[in-house]
Amino acid sequence: MDIMNYVWAFVIGGAICVVGQLLLSFTRLTSARILVVFVTAGVILGAVGVYEPLVRLAGAGATIPLTGFGYTLAKGAIEGALENGILGAVTGGVAASAAGITAAIVFGYLNAVIFKPRTKK
Amino acid sequence: MNHETQEQKRYQKRVKEKMPKSHALTQCIRAFIVGGIICCIGQLVHDFAQLVVMLDEKGVSSFTSIVMIFFGATLTGIGVYDKIGAFAGAGSVVPITGFANSIVAPAMEHKFEGYVLGVAAELFSIAGPVLVYGITTSVIVGLIACIV
Amino acid sequence: MRKRFGKQSVKFENRPVVASTASIVGDIEGAGPLGNYFDIILEDDMWGEESYEKAERKMYEMCVKNAIERLNITSAGIDCLLGGDLLNQLISANYAARQLKIPFLGLYGACSTITESVLIGSMLIDGGFGANIACAASSHFSTAERQYRMPLELGQLATPTSQRTVTGAGCIILSDGCRPDAKKAYSGCSVVVSCGTIGRVIDLGITDANNMGAAMAPAAADTIVTHLNDFNKTVDDYDIIVTGDLGTFGTEMLRDVCQEKGVDLKKKHFDCGAAMFAPEQNTVCGASGCGCAATVVSSYIIGKMISGEIKKALVMATGALMSPLANLQGESIPSIAHAIVLERE
Repeated sequence: MDIMNYVWAFVIGGAICVVGQLLLSFTRLTSARILVVFVTAGVILGAVGVYEPLVRLAGAGATIPLTGFGYTLAKGAIEGALENGILGAVTGGVAASAAGITAAIVFGYLNAVIFKPRTKK
Repeated sequence: MNHETQEQKRYQKRVKEKMPKSHALTQCIRAFIVGGIICCIGQLVHDFAQLVVMLDEKGVSSFTSIVMIFFGATLTGIGVYDKIGAFAGAGSVVPITGFANSIVAPAMEHKFEGYVLGVAAELFSIAGPVLVYGITTSVIVGLIACIV
Repeated sequence: MRKRFGKQSVKFENRPVVASTASIVGDIEGAGPLGNYFDIILEDDMWGEESYEKAERKMYEMCVKNAIERLNITSAGIDCLLGGDLLNQLISANYAARQLKIPFLGLYGACSTITESVLIGSMLIDGGFGANIACAASSHFSTAERQYRMPLELGQLATPTSQRTVTGAGCIILSDGCRPDAKKAYSGCSVVVSCGTIGRVIDLGITDANNMGAAMAPAAADTIVTHLNDFNKTVDDYDIIVTGDLGTFGTEMLRDVCQEKGVDLKKKHFDCGAAMFAPEQNTVCGASGCGCAATVVSSYIIGKMISGEIKKALVMATGALMSPLANLQGESIPSIAHAIVLERE
């Protein structure tokens, strides 16, 4: 456990969120669209190899933002393609991010079933 | 018709001039801090998986996503995440916890309409497009990798 | 007597009397500066129901019932119920009318519904088509948020021009004459509807669903100017000019647009949306929704008229006729404002 890992995670993670905030403040993009922009950007940056060094440097600072989810998808798809050709290209992305997708569905469903919405105060 | 568009243009210009401005700088600072903290929590979970549970590289990254999504989903369920969001803006939207929030929030609210067409169908009303664009782009990337 | 003035305005020969009113609001509205004026303040905005939609429906129904009760008659004595709400298929008003069993005309004018109803109700009375007409409108923060914006629990920032939908319902009963057995405050038949102006749909191209005030301001300005021209009046002929739910930014834009047209509103203008919440309630630009004008006019404004503080009021509820579907298709937000004049005799 190196303290510098945390400093980099904080700085890079925070900086990626600031990009999101700039989009929210200065464009008419809603938060739902920003999620789409970030995941797609992550796939593309991952594919061209720009995101990999960022993950090495910042760890969770690069993987926790939604661009990290895109990076995982891209990395999985490329690895799958290299191992199994076209079939790997199709299955690789989801296979690599299966944990996140499944967790989102299961925890999402359970929380929605257990809790009731409340009016904002 | 031409006169009408002139009037519209003029009015929209006035609205733009007079509109109260959002405090972009304050919001960016908040987004930076909250986003940074969430990523540090992610790093902590990551290190825990690596050093305590002793998972391999792929296991660590799966473990981290699962735990962070659990946090995001549960904080939404107990009604805390919307308050974090009202303060942090993109700082709590962009991390994967925000993705979990966007799944639980609509689903919870449509409980009144039943568990199949209410909760389950609404689960992906906001997050669905994320998966659609993310996965589709990744398949394109994979296919390009096949050729290259 | 001449009843029609200009292209948009009408004057009533048999002036309908405001025979009874009632209002119900949620806890946050009740905690605002106008809290003391409302009849019922709910502690819980679900009101013991299973969903927010059912709670809004109950508010609508109870509000109409309370107003009828104050008139010391039964619902059989009401010839027609006019009104609506913000939800698709007017589910609050329709389902409330199912319970009330009063002949019902559902109206949609977004947040302008209450004055639209009173305007038509007054025509019905003046035309001799009814003796007692109930006009009601409602909205609920959580039902409107669900239909028009984003889920309640989604973590997001409030934009600098956003407004909070009022949880509340307001009802005004109009009668063709005095009702001596009505509860004390109304038995004097002091407040009447003297004339009105039907609004036009105005759209100056605002597309931001979180900037309703700016979308509605030109419609309000158009109705004010037309009204004053049709009756050859000036702002000074009124004690107060009330708008529905422009909010603080919409108010600024309305005054600006009116100024340009040579009408100075500053001294006389009151916006229900800007007055509903205190600044520390963090509602950004104030209140919006059908319930905003409906509750404030039926309690605060008419209350001040009965007590004699206000003698003549131009009341204009403003509606942003926004559809999330049309908005996604790139359409801007058309708006409308209907005016009624309330006078104390």
